[in-house]
Amino acid sequence: MIASQLPILQVIVPLIAAPLVLLLRRSGAAWALTLLVTWSMFAIALVLLAQVMDGGVLYYRIGGWAAPWGIEYRLDQVGALVLVIVSGIGSVVIAYARASVEREIDSERIYLFYCMYLLCLTGLLGIAITGDVFNLFVFLEISSLSSYVLIALGRNRRALTAAYRYLIMGTIGATFYIIGVGLMYMQTGTLNIDDLATLIPAVADSRTIHAALAFLTVGICLKLALFPLHMWLPNAYAFAPSVVTAFLAATATKVAVYILIRIVFTVFGGVDVFAVVPLVQEALMGLALIGVFAASSVAIYQNDIKRMLAYSSVAQIGYIILGISLASSTGLTGGIIHLFNHALMKCTLFLAMGAVFMQAGGVSIRHMQGIGKTMPWTMAAFVIGGLSLIGVPLTVGFISKWYLILGVLEKGMWPVAGLVVLGSLLAVIYIWRVIEAAYFKDPSNDTITEAPLSMLAPMWVMALASVYFGIDATRTLDIATSAAQTLLGGGAP
Amino acid sequence: MLSRTSILRVVSKLLIPPIGLYALYVQFHGDFGPGGGFQAGVIFATVFILYALIFGVTNARLVAPSWLTRAMLASGVLLYAGVGVASMLMGGDFLDYSQLATDPIAGQHLGITLIEFGVGITVAGAMITIFLIFDGRIRVDDDDEDG
Repeated sequence: MIASQLPILQVIVPLIAAPLVLLLRRSGAAWALTLLVTWSMFAIALVLLAQVMDGGVLYYRIGGWAAPWGIEYRLDQVGALVLVIVSGIGSVVIAYARASVEREIDSERIYLFYCMYLLCLTGLLGIAITGDVFNLFVFLEISSLSSYVLIALGRNRRALTAAYRYLIMGTIGATFYIIGVGLMYMQTGTLNIDDLATLIPAVADSRTIHAALAFLTVGICLKLALFPLHMWLPNAYAFAPSVVTAFLAATATKVAVYILIRIVFTVFGGVDVFAVVPLVQEALMGLALIGVFAASSVAIYQNDIKRMLAYSSVAQIGYIILGISLASSTGLTGGIIHLFNHALMKCTLFLAMGAVFMQAGGVSIRHMQGIGKTMPWTMAAFVIGGLSLIGVPLTVGFISKWYLILGVLEKGMWPVAGLVVLGSLLAVIYIWRVIEAAYFKDPSNDTITEAPLSMLAPMWVMALASVYFGIDATRTLDIATSAAQTLLGGGAP
Repeated sequence: MLSRTSILRVVSKLLIPPIGLYALYVQFHGDFGPGGGFQAGVIFATVFILYALIFGVTNARLVAPSWLTRAMLASGVLLYAGVGVASMLMGGDFLDYSQLATDPIAGQHLGITLIEFGVGITVAGAMITIFLIFDGRIRVDDDDEDG
């Protein structure tokens, strides 16, 4: 019986745990409950992934109502992979969170942090599993509203303006999304994803559906911070508490990318969006490439390392979108696997920065001086994450870049392949600046010590995972390839 | 604080009980006619807001201390989700009210009444909290928030 209820448990367990944390109030108990919930969610996500890989798409009817009328949960390979990413990152980050949160958040607000964290997790998991475009909007709002609060919990007062800016931009994005959903509903009379996929081809040539597609694309691109809609992201990541940055950087934008994939390849799966409106493809690809270069170049000049990594995130999202815009099996595989790989490496990097922030009191390039000697383990993890970001062989970054370049070459776009390699060189520059300061300058402050084990262990789990999945990528590639093939197989069931 | 104006004081004292009663009517009539948890929650919260306007926020905080509003926020969601889990434990899917009683129609009634009650509690808690927190922002010193 439990097995058939797993899809709903994935979402409601953190939803129920959030008010319980609010009632518990004691920070230790709140942390323990959150830890238990996130790890069980990770276990459930792994089981669901195995089920989907074996048996294809899973369905779950809420309240026993049949599909087009009731809300349905629908899980395919790419959704299951996103569930694993979100819950896996969520559980590793929460193991790390206790020490870091005590340092960065007022003690009487710590339980609120865990409550919001669980709600954010609920929203992100819900987006990945739901089979209903309106339900998806609700989960998008749950995750967004809680992430605004999480960002605003930062000690620096500028966290408030950063969160406010994110709120404005995020709300515009969500509004555009819901306008797009409304227009689709106007033409088809349904909100169910499978049902939409069946009904849209008949009306695909209408103005209404074109407008819907435009609103959906722009709204989602705001959420996933595609250049030039990324302006909310750097400050939000820089001023949020370190734990929040590590969690959101690895999950929130990835889930937004998932929504884009879902809309383009499933909801509009029956029509070839990129053939009907070629501008979408060109715009996405062009903006993705400009984003890689613009954001990487800005990253080079950042003094605050968290801001630098935030800009690097915008650039990495460019790579993911590039893979998606190719709309070929290899390109999409590259994009999907980079979702997973980038989550691993960015989480490692931000967790390392959280440890430096805690021990050295800041993360500007000045604070990094000599950190390689005073905090060797933390910096070693940072180096692994950095190498992976560049795309050095034997790290996960290499696998994703390899597939992206293969996908680009399949389409005969040699210049684009050159640009992907060139973009990686920019990553070398900004990562090298940090490594140079950390290893070749003398420590400005000798009293800095290594971070506690409770923070090092999660950081190293992420770092080792980004090496492991870089050496043995068969499993992740299998999942990404089969996800890409299911998506390209067309949405109409 | 408007408590010195005796007309306002008397009229609001007269109005508060019927407003509360009307909120309960909207709440429990929700499955037969217009109404339901959200509307009822907002109406119920206006009782506290009216009281706070006339008799001051300090007095209102005595009636609705922060632990109570927080408990309302949490328990409404828990009631809603609890109904869903209960229907799962009784062998159906999440929120499948038909499982809640031997007669499916009675089960549907019971389920919708309970979850709407959960919605009502949380919405009322949220409205009261939002109103009282705005006041707390202005007077941080004598604030008993988190007290």
